[in-house]
Amino acid sequence: MAATSDSEAFVAFERVQKSYDGETLVVKDLNLTMPKGEFLTMLGPSGSGKTTCLMMLAGFETATYGEIKLDGTSINNIPPHKRGIGMVFQNYALFPHMTVAENLSFPLEVRKMGKSERETKIKRALDMVQMGDFAGRRPTQLSGGQQQRIALARALVFEPELVLMDEPLGALDKQLREHMQFEITRLAHELGITTVYVTHDQTEALTMSDRVAVFNDGRIQQLAAPDTLYEEPENSFVAQFIGENNTLEGVVKEISGNTCTVQLDNGELISARPVNVTEVGQRTQVSIRPERVETNKERLQEGAHLLKAEVLEFVYMGDIFRTRLRVAGNDDFVMKTRNAPDQERLKKGQMVEIGWLPDDCRALDA
Amino acid sequence: MSDTTQNGPMLAADGTPLKRSLNRALRRQKLRALMLIAPLLIFVLVTFIAPIADMLFRSVENQIVSDTLPTATEVLEDWDHTTGTPPGEEVYEALYYDLYLAAEARAHTRLGTRLNYEYTGVSSLFRSTGRGLEDLGEEYQDILEDADDSWGEGAFWYELMTGTGDTDASLVREHRARLQALENARLTGDVGFAPSVEIMELLPQTTFAYTDFAVFTALMDEDVVAEEDPWEGVYAGLAQDLQTADLSGYDGPGAEALVAAQQTLAEQAEPINYTAFFESEDEDWLNPDIWATIQTYSSNYTGGYFLNAVDMQLTPDGIEMRPDGQRLYMVLFQRTLFMSLTITLSCILLGYPVAWLLANLPASKANLLMILVLLPFWTSLLVRTSAWKVMLQQQGVINDVLVWLGLVDDAARLVMINNQFGTIVAMTHILLPFMILPLYSVMQGIPPSYLRAAKSLGATNWTAFWRVYFPQSVPGIGAGSILVFILAIGYYITPEIVGGRTGTFISNRIAYHISSSLNWGLAAALGAILLAVVLLLYWAYDRIVGIDNVKLG
Ligand SMILES: Nc1ncnc2c1ncn2[C@@H]1O[C@H](COP(=O)(O)OP(=O)(O)OP(=O)(O)O)[C@@H](O)[C@H]1O
Ligand SMILES: [Mg+2]
Repeated sequence: MAATSDSEAFVAFERVQKSYDGETLVVKDLNLTMPKGEFLTMLGPSGSGKTTCLMMLAGFETATYGEIKLDGTSINNIPPHKRGIGMVFQNYALFPHMTVAENLSFPLEVRKMGKSERETKIKRALDMVQMGDFAGRRPTQLSGGQQQRIALARALVFEPELVLMDEPLGALDKQLREHMQFEITRLAHELGITTVYVTHDQTEALTMSDRVAVFNDGRIQQLAAPDTLYEEPENSFVAQFIGENNTLEGVVKEISGNTCTVQLDNGELISARPVNVTEVGQRTQVSIRPERVETNKERLQEGAHLLKAEVLEFVYMGDIFRTRLRVAGNDDFVMKTRNAPDQERLKKGQMVEIGWLPDDCRALDA
Repeated sequence: MSDTTQNGPMLAADGTPLKRSLNRALRRQKLRALMLIAPLLIFVLVTFIAPIADMLFRSVENQIVSDTLPTATEVLEDWDHTTGTPPGEEVYEALYYDLYLAAEARAHTRLGTRLNYEYTGVSSLFRSTGRGLEDLGEEYQDILEDADDSWGEGAFWYELMTGTGDTDASLVREHRARLQALENARLTGDVGFAPSVEIMELLPQTTFAYTDFAVFTALMDEDVVAEEDPWEGVYAGLAQDLQTADLSGYDGPGAEALVAAQQTLAEQAEPINYTAFFESEDEDWLNPDIWATIQTYSSNYTGGYFLNAVDMQLTPDGIEMRPDGQRLYMVLFQRTLFMSLTITLSCILLGYPVAWLLANLPASKANLLMILVLLPFWTSLLVRTSAWKVMLQQQGVINDVLVWLGLVDDAARLVMINNQFGTIVAMTHILLPFMILPLYSVMQGIPPSYLRAAKSLGATNWTAFWRVYFPQSVPGIGAGSILVFILAIGYYITPEIVGGRTGTFISNRIAYHISSSLNWGLAAALGAILLAVVLLLYWAYDRIVGIDNVKLG
């Protein structure tokens, strides 16, 4: 899904800045538009400003500068309870003194809905998260995953068009987490809700989202669909942050259109695709995904680079082999190869030749 | 190791049943734990449980009447108060000798004070009569001594009473017990006297009076009975006995003197009449109401103090309300409850926002506020209360400011102290921290995400507060209210200083009865009722809100 033009933007951040203390900017010049129905994930390291953005959207924090628009109108001065945005909190924030049904009834009651209408909606919402039998329980009588589902049901029961979720799965174990990831995406797509989802976990971000916004240092580093993000990171932060990544440092020697030549620090010359290097002589980090590296020459296509490498470690992982190599003075160069019958199992200390396609090798900022 | 055969009990390594050896091991642990808390336990027992038990006992204890007038109350049992006539001669006779010993032991005024709680005027009746008791015996003593000097000699009397034949010590034991009850002390020591059986039969009243004299002389005055002249009351007893005694068969010591005395008395003295004597001392002794009161309160335990504490009284005709002018305590109880509730309510109203601020301000500001909250704790209670006096009095700071602002006329300054208003203001201020602290600790445990969640679900600020935040802070309100209310209901110093006439509590009345009127029984009953009210409210609270809902931290 490509970025959309302003006219169909359902949610829009326009040059938004935020400072808590008046000295440092926590969010620096944020621009973001989302079409209706999109599932967008904000991904980034701790303290990068994800929650802050979410809180500004929900209305619990005010933007220091810039404008936030919902469905075309600025909501900067609209109080949270009038924004009609559903929200799932990291600790669920289910009201402990109310039963599950009362929790779900709360947003309907404040909207002055009739009793029978409330009951049908509550039932539907509970069935939606497969918690129909738990209406009479208190939140403390539920497991973490069950609480999570109730929190989700509560955020959806009043049928908001936009739902915000701040690390909703942070407290769950891996299996439940994966199950809930599936449930959430399913519901979001079935109900056609626009969703902003915050997480630390890149797998979660990649598997659930239509688009992922990678945050760092108060800025969006890259906003793209998961595959683009993984395969075509636009800068070295994104390349490092998403998935496993090998970097080789060097200086740009020559740029011509879609290829450039990089001289690595040990003097070797390789060609790469220039992404954000613009001039000759610039320092650069060349990034290659581990699974794009090969030793088997028969598998390497024409025009591949060949470099000498020493095997430092060989780990058998079942479906793949993970090999740590010393390449061009870098001791942490990782190669992942598929466990195939013709795949050689390398020995420690062995000297091999490895290679990759120049297109998989991206010259990024240093 | 352990035996686990199908049916037999599990056995420990040494063959004893596992359960028993486990119990033994646990018992040792428990004992050791008990030893650790023993100092506290003893402290609590001695300084807390025991005084409360003593207080509860005092509120019903009433042995003073039967201790002081043992014979009279016994004889009085047969009297029917509804006849409207005073009791017969035998009651006055018993009263005379009971009162005689009590007067010697100076216990009769105590009884007078006690009965005065129930019937006004009894106190002075007992006091004045106590002084005149000797007059009756003195009359006969003079006549006897004029006729024969030996009647004035202690040794002669001792010989007469001891006789030569068998003696019986049981009467001495009885009278020693009476004296012990009067003196409220254990009296040991040898009386050195036992009446002869013969004399006891011949002169019963004399023996009775003489034994009282002997016991008192030996145990209280610590003198030798044979060397002391008997009390005037003994002569009265002799006069009574000689009116009817048949001396013909008696040939023990003093036999001739007795015959002579019988003759002399018959010639020279009026026959003894106790009723007439008491009437001459004070006409009130013929008032059946007084006797009815004595009869009503002659049992060892009484609900009289409790009835008194709720403005009722135990009359010979049953329980009834006190006359209008004497009702005092129900009003005081109601006022105490009402004011304690008002104080608790004001504490909630004032303390809630402060606690909220404390829980929601950034740490540095919250600490400053916390110090302000705790500041009153570091100031003496008296200083704080007196400060309110300075603030609220008619020439005080607040009135001055109001007058200066022109809001109040100089001639009509507000009366804000020495009344309920002053007490409520001062006590609210003093008890406020007890509300704020539990509230604060509960509020601190409420994450801000609840309010945010409520608002994100569409609730206005007020709805979010009222439906989400407030219910979760209720345990804090409960804890604070219980603390403040229970502290308030028994508060003493502040109402004493700023309460004036209309702002005092029941505790002030209790203090008055403890230290001024010395009516400890009533004070104990009032205290017991107060305790019961607090327990009752606690129980009600537990039923309605649930005591596990109270959180102090
Ligand atoms: N209420 C606040 N007052 C002052 N500074 C704050 C406040 N909330 C957050 N910050 C700061 O703003 C920055 C961004 O915080 P934010 O909570 O948005 O990070 P985040 O991306 O959500 O991190 P995480 O993944 O750990 O939740 C952090 O440096 C944080 O210290
Ligand atoms: Mg966060």
